[in-house]
Amino acid sequence: MSLDIREKLKILANGAKYDVSCSSSGSNRSNHGKGLGNSVYAGICHSFTDDGRCISLLKILYTNYCIYDCAYCINRKSNDIPRAAFSVKEIVDLTINFYRRNYIEGLFLSSGVILNPDHTMEQLANVAKELRTKEKFFGYIHLKAIPGASYEIIKKAGFFADRLSMNIEIPTEQNLKMLAPEKDYRGILQPMQLMKEGIIESKEERRKYRTSKAFVPAGQSTQFIVGASPEKDQLILKVASGLYNQQKLKRVYYSGFLPVNEYDKRLPAIKEPPLIREHRLYQADWLMRFYKFDVNEIVDDLHPDLDLEIDPKLSWALRNPWLFPIDVNHADYEMILRIPGIGVRSAQMIINARRYGKLSVDKLKKIGVVMKRAKYFITCSELPPAVKDLKPEAIRTKILTEALVPVKKIQKPVQLQLYFG
Amino acid sequence: MNIFIYDRTFEGLLTTVFDSYDLKIVPDVIVPKNNLQDSLFGNKIEIITDTVKAERVWNGLEKKLTDGACQLPYKAWLSEMKIEMLVYKFIRKVFETPFNIEKNYGDEHVLAIRQLNRKVTREACRTLEFLRFQKTTDNIYYASIAPPYNILPVIISHFEKRFTDQHWIIYDIKRHYGVYYDLQQTSEITLELNHVNTGTGRISNNAMGESEELYQYLWKDYFQSVNITERKNLRLQMNFMPKRFWQYMTEKQMLT
Repeated sequence: MSLDIREKLKILANGAKYDVSCSSSGSNRSNHGKGLGNSVYAGICHSFTDDGRCISLLKILYTNYCIYDCAYCINRKSNDIPRAAFSVKEIVDLTINFYRRNYIEGLFLSSGVILNPDHTMEQLANVAKELRTKEKFFGYIHLKAIPGASYEIIKKAGFFADRLSMNIEIPTEQNLKMLAPEKDYRGILQPMQLMKEGIIESKEERRKYRTSKAFVPAGQSTQFIVGASPEKDQLILKVASGLYNQQKLKRVYYSGFLPVNEYDKRLPAIKEPPLIREHRLYQADWLMRFYKFDVNEIVDDLHPDLDLEIDPKLSWALRNPWLFPIDVNHADYEMILRIPGIGVRSAQMIINARRYGKLSVDKLKKIGVVMKRAKYFITCSELPPAVKDLKPEAIRTKILTEALVPVKKIQKPVQLQLYFG
Repeated sequence: MNIFIYDRTFEGLLTTVFDSYDLKIVPDVIVPKNNLQDSLFGNKIEIITDTVKAERVWNGLEKKLTDGACQLPYKAWLSEMKIEMLVYKFIRKVFETPFNIEKNYGDEHVLAIRQLNRKVTREACRTLEFLRFQKTTDNIYYASIAPPYNILPVIISHFEKRFTDQHWIIYDIKRHYGVYYDLQQTSEITLELNHVNTGTGRISNNAMGESEELYQYLWKDYFQSVNITERKNLRLQMNFMPKRFWQYMTEKQMLT
């Protein structure tokens, strides 16, 4: 156990990297006394890895020793990898020193399960406590709630952390049982429910007494692995929608399954992670959170999987052609949000700008509307050219082929040949 | 042609607006003093910055616009592009329209100001993300920046709120000025950068504080370890983290 700190950091960062969440948003803990740090409500990313994911928090494991043997996890007991464990002081020093150099927004601490879930959770809570009380740290702390840990200990951690998360990983209980025999849904959903109640309670409390301690102010999040088990997108999105509406989760993450366990027969053999499917799931997730879509509008029994070729909003619009074209100068905000090619920012700008005068195609373009897609679905003070009466199938092909038009290849200048016959 | 010459301060620009009303002359160009090319012929009017006049224009803006929108011309001006005329036209339009026009994105000036504002704000946000401090032997945390726009005034308050218990310096190498926070307040400074490599923004090894180098190595190690090679996507990385920032970022540097 006398690994030097650089080795430990490499091992324990490597073990934590498959957890997608790295957001530092949702908390505005501020530095009143002369402590260190300050949370920014919107969150801040501090770097981006070669795979394009944001690094906002120091995302590490307390230890990668684990008593569980979940097939999809790199830290499972039966996997032959180097193991390490941090001490509380090491994590605290790393966090504080990284934070002071503006490398990170805070700490995301997870862990393999050692001894039992309660003991592990206790360790995580201690790190958070040390940071908040001894170091007067006001940065962001995201802790993993260990499945199966008793709620008392999770609750203790929740008063020091900004966000708690518990990963469901596999969206159906039956498949979870198969891939992670030591885990069950009860051990995950029950604490989630209790945390939700705790958060509501604490909010009430803080409304009455401003000084009372905040409990998980940035809410909960969870993660699904996509492609490790045969669930359809419909099922995944329905579960996600339930988590947003009933459990009041802040975020659901989708992680395309990476073959971390080649010999296990329980897992599908895939060569590449399903990145496009993952991307479409996130788009659908955005539709539910920011575009006021219901999950049943995005996927239904006829279309249980998201279209990989086009985004879910366009796909919805093509399935509901009778709702279009929409007049951007008169329609409600909700309807404008639903036009393919118009995002939240453009929609708001349209609503504001049209109070002063009618908007034309030209102005819409300047505002930032993607006319390549939007032109099939709108009318405005000046009609966009052509495209009336196109069938959905035709629109689909048009948009797809337009997207595929390759950037003009630059031809090398060639000396003209002259023939003197 | 009317050429207004101001002293490259925002107060100066506001004074220009005031004087233009006062003199009943509409400028065709507004140029900063040291940028004036003598080949420009025409009616040259030199503006003498007057805080009272500037204040009156500013108060006028505050009356006509919401608090957030008052920042629009200022931030657009920080872009240091040749946008004096745009700011001028925007302010005149604000004054001469009986109602608030800040959200009339159908108007070219309003939209242009907003878009410039977004550019500057975006650059400022990215600096909050990618700026890196190094600890010196005097226990001061030092960071180099060289942003395309003059965003230092915009980012100071963020760091004042955040790092209240450490001394820090943020230095704009391109514009040769910086700010220093001494636990009480922040003041503007200019430095002789003897211990800073202006190419990499790094302080020299003998000026580095205790264990500074170790933490730089640890951060580099961490940056490498959290990468998932199967998902490599350099274009995405560059979208979020444009290459111009890499120069001064610890994790993207060769440590010696």
